[in-house]
Parts: sequence; structure tokens; C-alpha cells
Amino acid sequence: MPDSLGLLDARPELTPQANEPAPASAIGISHPAASRRWPGAAVLVAGTRRLVTTHAFRLAGLYFAVFALSVLGVLFFVYWATVDFVERQTEATLDAEITGLAEQYAQRGLSGLVQIVAARSAGDRGDGMLYLFTNRDGRPLAGNISGWPSGEPGPSGSLSFQFEVSDNGQIQTHPASGKLFAIPDGYRLLVGRDIGDAAAYRERIKLTLLWSGLVALGIGLAGGTLMSRNMLRRVEQVNRTAERVIAGNLSDRVPRRGTNDEFDQLAANLNGMLDQIERLMTGMREVTDNVAHDLKTPLARLRARLELALLGPGDPAAQTDAIRAAIDEADRLLATFNALLRIAEAEAGAPRDATALVDLTEIARAATELYEPVAEERGFAMRLETDPAVTIRGDRHLLSQAIANLLDNALKYGGNASGGDITVAVRQAPAQATLEIRDHGPGIPEADRESVLDRFVRLEPSRSTPGNGLGLSLVRAVARRHGATVSLADNGPGLKVRLEFPAGADTS
Amino acid sequence: MKLLVIEDDRETAAYLVKGLSESGYAVDQSGDGREGLFLATSGSYDAIILDRMLPGMDGLSLLGALRGAKIGTPALILSALGSVDDRVKGLRSGGDDYLVKPFAFSELLARIEALLRRGADAPSVTKLRVADLELDLLTRSVKRGDKTIELLPREFQLLEYLMRNAGHVVTRTMLLENVWDYHFDPQTNVIDVHVSRLRQKIDRHFERPLLHTVRGAGYSLRAPE
Repeated sequence: MPDSLGLLDARPELTPQANEPAPASAIGISHPAASRRWPGAAVLVAGTRRLVTTHAFRLAGLYFAVFALSVLGVLFFVYWATVDFVERQTEATLDAEITGLAEQYAQRGLSGLVQIVAARSAGDRGDGMLYLFTNRDGRPLAGNISGWPSGEPGPSGSLSFQFEVSDNGQIQTHPASGKLFAIPDGYRLLVGRDIGDAAAYRERIKLTLLWSGLVALGIGLAGGTLMSRNMLRRVEQVNRTAERVIAGNLSDRVPRRGTNDEFDQLAANLNGMLDQIERLMTGMREVTDNVAHDLKTPLARLRARLELALLGPGDPAAQTDAIRAAIDEADRLLATFNALLRIAEAEAGAPRDATALVDLTEIARAATELYEPVAEERGFAMRLETDPAVTIRGDRHLLSQAIANLLDNALKYGGNASGGDITVAVRQAPAQATLEIRDHGPGIPEADRESVLDRFVRLEPSRSTPGNGLGLSLVRAVARRHGATVSLADNGPGLKVRLEFPAGADTS
Repeated sequence: MKLLVIEDDRETAAYLVKGLSESGYAVDQSGDGREGLFLATSGSYDAIILDRMLPGMDGLSLLGALRGAKIGTPALILSALGSVDDRVKGLRSGGDDYLVKPFAFSELLARIEALLRRGADAPSVTKLRVADLELDLLTRSVKRGDKTIELLPREFQLLEYLMRNAGHVVTRTMLLENVWDYHFDPQTNVIDVHVSRLRQKIDRHFERPLLHTVRGAGYSLRAPE
């Protein structure tokens, strides 16, 4: 296998611990010597590196980072909002209590305040409120905590402290939050609240959030990995196919899932491209075979002629004839060669839209005029039927040659006992322009009408008429270049070759 | 007449030099684009025959540089690249004629002669004359002796081209390119029939023919000796 680090092999690297002892991979990364000791580690390192360099991995990494950040943000916000809410609630309760007590103090004076504090401190009311009222010596006058807590109150008078509660004989320390209410003459009142429950709640929230955060990050990591691996696998499939195609297997195709997503569309497009390449290659192979056959035969003849001239009995006239014949043979070869090049040129040309607007009527008229004297000399009557100014997008030279080839053909094969006649018709239909060349010769049997368009196909087995079997191939190549179709039909009797061009509609 | 051949393929170059020398031209030859440009710029040649693909500097750049230096020596490009686009590119970069390899030597010779004459043509000429045949470019009429000859438009163009090259050989390909603007060879002898029709009109009923067929090369319109 040329590529041992492909996707399937990459799988263990994503979770190194599964196959390898973790230290091995850790050492392997930093110490090359270690990877010699553990060959697996070397593969792992290379694989990891390879994975890290993939676009999919980077994308997944980025995705994970963003995901982790947002999860952390949300969790922190939830924590902060909850804890803050509880603290605010405590503070609000304390403020309300102090406000109430201040009103009482204003109405009933010091003794009234002592009474109320004593009343509120008595018994467990279950609201966790704590009071301590001291005189200027610090001696408690009323309250439910034993002594003034250590620690100085903050600037707003708030204070955090610990106090002891006996719960079923057990002494427990609870956290509390309090506020100082200063009264003139050195009296001090501390109003507090047991926040043991709130603290427990906060711890609980912290733990819950921590766990849910871990779970979310775990899912994110797994999701990112899966996503990147999935993407990686599909890209890898494309790469594998491309490698096999490069290696020469042109019939290989990228597998499709039928989901019609971007990857599927990419696969479809690549496959379409490969189809086209394969078609062209097949065509090319056929041409090469044909060229080999149709050029080799005249080359062999040429060689034989020259050889004979060399072996000749020294008759200068015969030698001159032989050389002249050889030159003629070479010219025919060149003509065939040029025809092939023309076809290749027409086939490989720029798309039709890139070409200029041309007047098909004028092109047909010029070509007909060129052939008219020959036709007349050979006993043909030639007719031109045209609509005025039929415009298409095209290449004048190629179109002229296509028409010339069709006229050549008509003159060669379209004759009958009475001489024959040839009609060139150019017509403008709403959506298309048509060019027809009709003769009244023997025509072409229906079964052969498609194949005569191929290169080097000649229907005459004896091949007594000069020609190279490329004329109609060029017509087809020119038609394709112009987005036109070529059809051969019976002209009852005779042959009707019809080219249908998409009209150069944008002229109007 | 002095010609410069810039061609890097030794055999082709030798063939060109030999053939052109035998046809009466003085020929200099170079196998390198830069050297060729140097020679073309410094020497006084009547025409340049150059290959498109050359070592040192390609033929089209050479022509561009030459025309940029305001040297208008007629140039014929020889090239294996024969598509219409290649031809157009060659002529746009300053070539005066374009001949696709391989070619018949007679074709090359006829084209060089046409090139050499082109410069000599007086542009203000309105009448062409060969012996007693007269072609009026303004009235587009043709007379031989005092007999008016009616020609179709294409026949007129054909005769004009032949008369402009009177005394020299013009090939079928030259006629196709210059009279019809077709750059391909039809498989049928269409040109021959056009020429023979023209011949019917200008030579028939006259004692001495003007339009001659040159075997293996083409046609020549010339005054009887």
C-alpha cells in the first residue's frame, strides 16, 4: 500500500490511549530515539502530525475552541447570576430588617428596640435570622449569638462571619452574613443571617455546572472529532480516486452517497469531468489507431516507390516519374494530416459564444460560387436557396470549409444518370438557423448514416474515389464547435445533410 | 535580390539556401533568432524568410522588434503551426505572408516573388495592363484590344490578382487565399475550373494566349514574347 497513513490507519491516532500506552506517545513526540523503540509510536506521531495538518482537523479544532468558550461563558454566567441572586436576596432581607428595626427604634427608643430584638431572638423561627445587641462596653443586651464576631465590618457596614449552632447536641459552625446598625452612644446592633443553606446551594450549583460543563465539552470534542473525521474521510475518498486515476485507472469514480450535499455535488462534478476525460481519451485512442492505419499505408507505398526508384535500371525518365509519384503520395499524406489537424483544431476551439457574428447566407453563397463552375463542368445543376442574412455566431473559415467539404462530397457521390443536382439551402427558423446540402445521388443507407461521420470511414470498400474519409468528420467537428447538430437523411432519392445552428438571436 | 533566411533546422535551411540560390537570389542564413534580428536590422535585404520557432528569440518577437525599429523589409513566416489563429497571429506581429510547413518549393518561390513585387507596386495605379489586356480598377471594366470583356465580380478579382503578379507564377493556394480568402485546400479542382473560365473569356478568339498553366506549380499571366 503506497499510503499507509490513510484514513483507516489514522483512526487510532485520534484516541491514542486506546492502542498505545500513553507514555509511549508522549515520549515519542519529544524523543526520536523512543520512536525507534516503539515503532507504533513513530506511526502514531506521523499520523498525528498528518491529522493535525488537515483542514478538517483545523476546522474541528476551531469549532471546538469556539464551542468550549461559549459553554464556559454560559456556565459562568449561570453561576454568577445564581450566586449573585442569592447574595442580593440575603442583603435585601438584612436591609429590610434593619430598616424595620430602625423604625422601631425611632418610635420606641432604646428599650423598645431591646425588647423587639429579644423577642425576635427568642426561639428558632426558622428564618435563620441572627441578632446581637450590645451596649457601649460590648456587653450583650439581647440577641441569639453569644459574642461579637471577630473581623471588622466593611465600609457599608456588612460583615461575613462564622457562628456556632448546636444541632441535636452537636456543635456546627455556620457561615453567616450580617450588617451593622449603629446607634448613638456606643450601642451596636448586628443583624445577620445564617447563609449555611445558601453556601451549600452555591456549592451544589458549582458542582452541577462543572459536571455539565465537562459533559458538554466532552460532547463537543467528540462531535468535532467525528465531524472532522467524516469530512476527512470524504475528502480522502476523492483523493484516493484521483490518485488511482492519475495512476492510470481512468474508469474509477468517486463514490456518491446520494445526499446531494456539497461533497456529493463535488463527487458528481468530478465524475462528470472524469467521464469527459475518458470519452476524449477513448476518442483519441480511436483516432490514433485510425491514424496509424490510414497514414501507415500511404507511408509504406511512398517508401516502396522510393525504394523501387533506387533499384531501377537507371532509366532517368522512370526515376523522375517515380520521384514525382512519391511527391504526390507525400502531398496526399500531408492533406490527410492537415485534415486531421483541422478537425482537432475545430474540436478543441473556443466555445461558440466567444466567436463573432457571421452571415451564414454569405458564407454559403461564397462557397457555392467557388464550386459552381466545377459542378457545371461535371454536369450538376447547383441551386442556392436562402433567406436573407441568416446570422449565427461562428467562425467563417471553419464554416466555409465545412460547406466546401459537403459540396466536395456531393460532387463526388451525389451524381446520377442524368448528371444530378445539388441544392444548398440556408433558412432562418425562429430559434435556429439551418443549412442543408441536398443531392440526388444514391444516398447513404440508413444503417451507415451515423458512422460516416466518424474519422476515416469510407463507405466505398474499393476506395477508388480519392479521399481520406475525413470530410464529414470535419463537418461534425465544426458543427459541434458551433453548438449545431448534424443529421443525415434520405432526400428521396439522394442524401440530405442538415446542420441546425442555434440562432444568433441577440442580433435582433 | 538579397534574401535572409532565419531557420534553425539545418536540413530545411540548406534546402532553402540551395533552392533560392539556384533561383538567382543572394541568400544569407542564420540559425538563431538574436543573430537573425541583428542581421535583419543591419543588412539591407529585400525579403526575410523566417521560421516561427527559433532558438534565442522566437520568430514573432523577432518580427515585432524589427517592425518596432521601423524596418519594413517584407517577411514571410514559415511555420508548422497552421491554424487560422496562428496565421492571424503571425500576420499581426508584422509578417507579410504565412506559409505552413511542409510546403512545395514552387509555392515558396511564388510567394517570395509576390512579396518582392508588393513593395514595388505604385499605390496610385488605377489601370493594370498586360500586353493588350487592360483592367480598369475604377470603372471595374476589362478590355482586350478594343473588345470589352464582361467578367463576374470574382473573375475580376482573379484577373486583378493575376495581373498584379504578371510574369510570375501564382499557385492555387495563393489564389484561394488572396482571391477567396480561404485557407484550406478543397479536394476538388475548383480553382482550375475558375481559371479556365477566365481563360475562355480573355484568351478565346485571340491569337496569342496570355494566361498559362505552369505544370506542377500554378498559373502565370504574361505578355507574349
